[in-house]
Amino acid sequence: MPLNIAVCVKRVPDTAAEKKLDESDKTLDRESVESILNPVDEMAVEEALKLKEANEGEVTIISMGPEAAQAQAIRKALSMGADKAVHLKDDILHGSDAQAVAYALSQVVKKGEYDLVLCGAESTDARTSLVPPALAENLNLPNLNFVKNVEVSDSSVTAHRETDKGHDIVECQRPAVIGVVWGANEPRYPSFKGIMAAKNKPVETLTADDAEIDSSKVGFAGAKSEVLEFGARPAERKKIIVDNSNGDAHVKLADFLQEQKFI
Amino acid sequence: MSDVWVLLEHSDGTTTKVAHQLLTGARAIAAETGGQVVALFIGKGWATAKERIAKFGAAKALVAESDEIGGYVASPQVEITARLIAEKQPWGVLFASVPTGKEVATRVAARNGLGVLADAVNVTVQDGKPVCEYSAFGGSTLVKKTLKQGPYLICVKPNSFVAEESPAEVAEETVDASISEDSKRVVLKERVEKEAGGRPAVESAAIIISGGRGLGEPANFSVIEGLADQLGAAVGASRAAVDAGWYPHSNQVGQTGKTVSPQLYIAVGISGAIQHRAGMQTSKTIVAINKDAEAPIFQMVDFGVVGDLFDVVPKLTEEISKRKGGA
Ligand SMILES: Cc1cc2nc3c(=O)[nH]c(=O)nc-3n(C[C@H](O)[C@H](O)[C@H](O)COP(=O)(O)OP(=O)(O)OC[C@H]3O[C@@H](n4cnc5c(N)ncnc54)[C@H](O)[C@@H]3O)c2cc1C
Ligand SMILES: Nc1ncnc2c1ncn2[C@@H]1O[C@H](COP(=O)(O)O)[C@@H](O)[C@H]1O
Repeated sequence: MPLNIAVCVKRVPDTAAEKKLDESDKTLDRESVESILNPVDEMAVEEALKLKEANEGEVTIISMGPEAAQAQAIRKALSMGADKAVHLKDDILHGSDAQAVAYALSQVVKKGEYDLVLCGAESTDARTSLVPPALAENLNLPNLNFVKNVEVSDSSVTAHRETDKGHDIVECQRPAVIGVVWGANEPRYPSFKGIMAAKNKPVETLTADDAEIDSSKVGFAGAKSEVLEFGARPAERKKIIVDNSNGDAHVKLADFLQEQKFI
Repeated sequence: MSDVWVLLEHSDGTTTKVAHQLLTGARAIAAETGGQVVALFIGKGWATAKERIAKFGAAKALVAESDEIGGYVASPQVEITARLIAEKQPWGVLFASVPTGKEVATRVAARNGLGVLADAVNVTVQDGKPVCEYSAFGGSTLVKKTLKQGPYLICVKPNSFVAEESPAEVAEETVDASISEDSKRVVLKERVEKEAGGRPAVESAAIIISGGRGLGEPANFSVIEGLADQLGAAVGASRAAVDAGWYPHSNQVGQTGKTVSPQLYIAVGISGAIQHRAGMQTSKTIVAINKDAEAPIFQMVDFGVVGDLFDVVPKLTEEISKRKGGA
């Protein structure tokens, strides 16, 4: 049975690169840094491609963000093998918080008829992991989150949800929203052929209006949280450094741990 | 309203350390808002939970006791919490900033049209509103955020508050524990638990000893496990150690692993790459043992030992054992 799968991906700043906050509006100055496809989203794309290979169907990439999102995140996902993409791009979306992103993405998802909507369980920049469950809630769909080993049968989907002590095997009916956990798989590298093919794959660009997004719910207007202040974290570490050349550093460290009441 | 709620994390009534930390933190917040600390219990085992939380100063508990709930994932907690918030309008609710807590919080927010903040490492109150502190960009930046409108939903990371006992009489109110068919859509089929290592889980442990590539080979993790067991600590690992297959990913600390903020973090044979720091920089006290004095980890330690871990760690383990015995 062919599966119609959507994968929500975002671009994130490359953590190897230096980051800057935009002083004017206290958001991440995304133009100042190198960006990549969110590493966990690569695993979501891989999981989708594996499901497609096992069941047939189509993989659609959905991404919300400025122009560069398309260049970086969407292209990468298409070159891995996804079939097409929808890029939601609109200035009024700038400043959206996790709830607003989830709402906006849900409006895009509603325009398709997907059996599964895959996300990364958490982005490497925001790291909130708030988007996938909030997306499920906006779509009124069940949500399997922090999972790997995603398998589909006739009408249901099962997966392994990571827990402290191992994993839970969880199941729900389709359609469903699935948050793929880090380490779920080894994402494939785009082949040269894949990279060339991606150039001709359809990317539909939607404005907020196209997606019937209520502008009061997104961007700075819709944000329910606000940044009060940000700044360099004051270096409040003690920075006691001892050298073990005398072979007695363990005694000094034990003294320290005892003073701090860890022993 | 001014009450501060805590959604209790528990397993069949055995409340977790994080639940006790949140109750303690809620007391300080409630002192500012002028309300009470209210524990929200959902699931089975209330009798056990009640006894445990009475020590941590909850003035009141809302009890939605039901055997059925445990068979489903997250949604029952979402439905019951959302319903109670709409009905009683507390000042706010504290959730544990761990996967399940965040999942419940964000879905309650979406359902009730509220804002939510995740990963707070401290919460204070200013003009009646929450001020949530958290760290960004690999821990190099401190950010303070607030929510525009209550009830405020806030996920607080484990170990942000230190649990302190303050026994109280818990006034309990039984609330509707029924759930809709929609909340039964995600079914828990089976729970697979690895044999218990006996060590605490990385995400909530008060002390974590992490090992990196410097350990050289998987068997050498026993060196830090010995130290961990002396201190009752969890064992963490850098990505280099995890990628090499030396330790499971569930123990990885960092940007693509767990973000932790224990009372004490000891990095052993870990260089301190920014992606590793992203996961542990909010730890209260940081110790590193590394033979390279130039390792970046030393820029952020409270106590650093420049030396060979194979010399320092076993001697330290023995020293601690001796002091504990002699104390
Ligand atoms: C997208 C992305 C995500 C990442 N996510 C993570 C993450 O979640 N967590 C993470 O940890 N990393 C992550 N990394 C990898 C990170 O960049 C580093 O490569 C990794 O943290 C290095 O691990 P390490 O410190 O164990 O190894 P190394 O950098 O090789 O450091 C080993 C250290 O051990 C010391 N040493 C060696 N022998 C001894 C000895 N006998 N005694 C004492 N000291 C000794 C050395 O001096 C050295 O400092 C990520 C990278 C990327 C690109
Ligand atoms: N702007 C976006 N466009 C598409 N998907 C997104 C966006 N933001 C978040 N997501 C999805 O939600 C996941 C979790 O992100 P976060 O909640 O920010 O940690 C990501 O891995 C993506 O799959």
